[in-house]
Amino acid sequence: MKTAINKEELTKKLDDLHNQYPSLNDITPFTGANTLTPYLADPIAKHTRKLCDSIEDAVRKCGLKNGMTISFHHAFREGDKVINRVVSVLSDMGFKNLTLAPSSLLSCNSALIPYIESGVITKIYTSGLRGKLADAISHGIMDNPVHIHSHGGRVKLIQSGEINIDVAFLAASTADELGNANGVSGKSQCGSLGYAMVDAQFAKKVVVLTEEIVQYPNNPGSLRQDQVDYIVKVDEVGDPSKISVGAARITSNPRELMIARYAADVIEHSGYFKEGFSMQTGSGASSTAATRFLESKMRAKNITASFALGGITASIVDLFEKGLIKRLLDTQSFDGTAGQSLGRNKDHIEISTNTYANPASKGASCDELDVVILSALEIDLDFNVNVLTGSDGVMRGASGGHCDTAAAANLTIVVAPLIRSRIPTVIKQVTTVVTPGESIDVIVTDHGIAVNPKRPEIAERLSEAGLPVMTIEELYNRAVSLTGEPKPIEFEDKIVGIVHYRDGSIIDVVRQVKDY
Amino acid sequence: MKIVQEATAGTLESSDLLVKVQPNQGVEVIVNSDVNKQFGDQIRKVVNDTLKILNVTDGLIIIDDKGALDCAIKARVECAVLRGADDQQLDWSKLL
Repeated sequence: MKTAINKEELTKKLDDLHNQYPSLNDITPFTGANTLTPYLADPIAKHTRKLCDSIEDAVRKCGLKNGMTISFHHAFREGDKVINRVVSVLSDMGFKNLTLAPSSLLSCNSALIPYIESGVITKIYTSGLRGKLADAISHGIMDNPVHIHSHGGRVKLIQSGEINIDVAFLAASTADELGNANGVSGKSQCGSLGYAMVDAQFAKKVVVLTEEIVQYPNNPGSLRQDQVDYIVKVDEVGDPSKISVGAARITSNPRELMIARYAADVIEHSGYFKEGFSMQTGSGASSTAATRFLESKMRAKNITASFALGGITASIVDLFEKGLIKRLLDTQSFDGTAGQSLGRNKDHIEISTNTYANPASKGASCDELDVVILSALEIDLDFNVNVLTGSDGVMRGASGGHCDTAAAANLTIVVAPLIRSRIPTVIKQVTTVVTPGESIDVIVTDHGIAVNPKRPEIAERLSEAGLPVMTIEELYNRAVSLTGEPKPIEFEDKIVGIVHYRDGSIIDVVRQVKDY
Repeated sequence: MKIVQEATAGTLESSDLLVKVQPNQGVEVIVNSDVNKQFGDQIRKVVNDTLKILNVTDGLIIIDDKGALDCAIKARVECAVLRGADDQQLDWSKLL
């Protein structure tokens, strides 16, 4: 009776094989059932091999080295508790010269400034920058320019290897012992993990930071066990109540609501308001609020939407649960209501940013969009849009899905107040181009609506409906008649930011602001 | 017209401004503004023009601007000056 494989016999078989087929020389003989999987022979390690005691432990196991690239998702937005913490740990461990490549950075990440000054972080890729961090970078704190990308463009940069993620640190409210993780169960839920799904797919090493290790198998596995290397239990991954502050806020401001109502009127009369149409509302108060004015129009004309895409908000979920929108494709949940709906409703579907908007993906959902409503900090006479730099030249926004959806949708509407305090929104030339004017169809302001001259049929439909259509020049003249002509901002020569278009090319640069 | 007592007008709300006036030898204007880079010169011009029309000869005028339009700047400066001035005999037609 044999109890083991006869090694001599096996060696002879291998010798014969290699002699007869020299090209198969690399094939090695069997050495044991668990040679590749030693943990299977250990009843404890079998269940604990991915679990790490601390962030430091996970970092060591990943083999992170100076000069490497680390990544994060920003689904908790202003409530994130992971990015700053991990960078602080890496600083304490003595790391230098790291490239930081989160899906985006927000005001809460101002805590990173000391780590930039001390050389822990020397390069940044992000969708946006806000607050003190943005101010510091605009004033030239970094030796390397920050790379700004869109959400779809980030995936393109990762695919092409320009962003080469060595270790991804991904926050999730729950995970099981093999790493199946999601943001729709447990305590601090962020909803969709659409950004993180990309990092889990492409990063060389994937660490899941989670508040709760749940029984296997965790469902849904937004981040999948076959993508995750290590799991660290932490006290807190984020504060969901801070997801919908800042850019993703809900408004009661009458001027913003008026713009939102105009935007809904534009959709109604644009020619795209038909049974089965699809839509996206970007971040920004008026954009998000436009949804609220669509319900009565949809009921009156007996129209339902086939899907809503993108950042999903409570007001989109409301239309969905009333049966007015059939499916939601969610790459980022903009509030708690959206996150809960994602967990509860089977037709509320979590999608990665690769599926959402990557121009190099085999199929991006934004390509199927009829209507998108986007925001703007500045719009110029050529319809170019700036969502990144303020009119003082300092970075204070994010590229987001702006240029992705603007390029793909059949009708791209940009909403903005004509003036903000005394700063005109419609100007001669935007400070920074993020989305090219050729992608923009309609500008909606509180003083009137301008239609891109390349879409005369839309201008005609809106005029016939009695909407206040004017030329972009008329909007501009109206703005400066109220505010006066702004003096051009002065910049230093140094380039502090590079703005990538969604295909990876450079559409503009941001220079250091001049203080005087 | 002289500023003889401290007075204020306006608020620090967005799109408004707070104007403080104090007694001073000669006229001195200090402007702080959120939109100083783009509109600082224009704000100083409106303030100085308004002071000239009111014929202010002595006073320290401190402006804390939150992006107000010219019409608001003019109105707030007029109000603060009249509150702080000795002369209540006004030629209202000049202020229009």
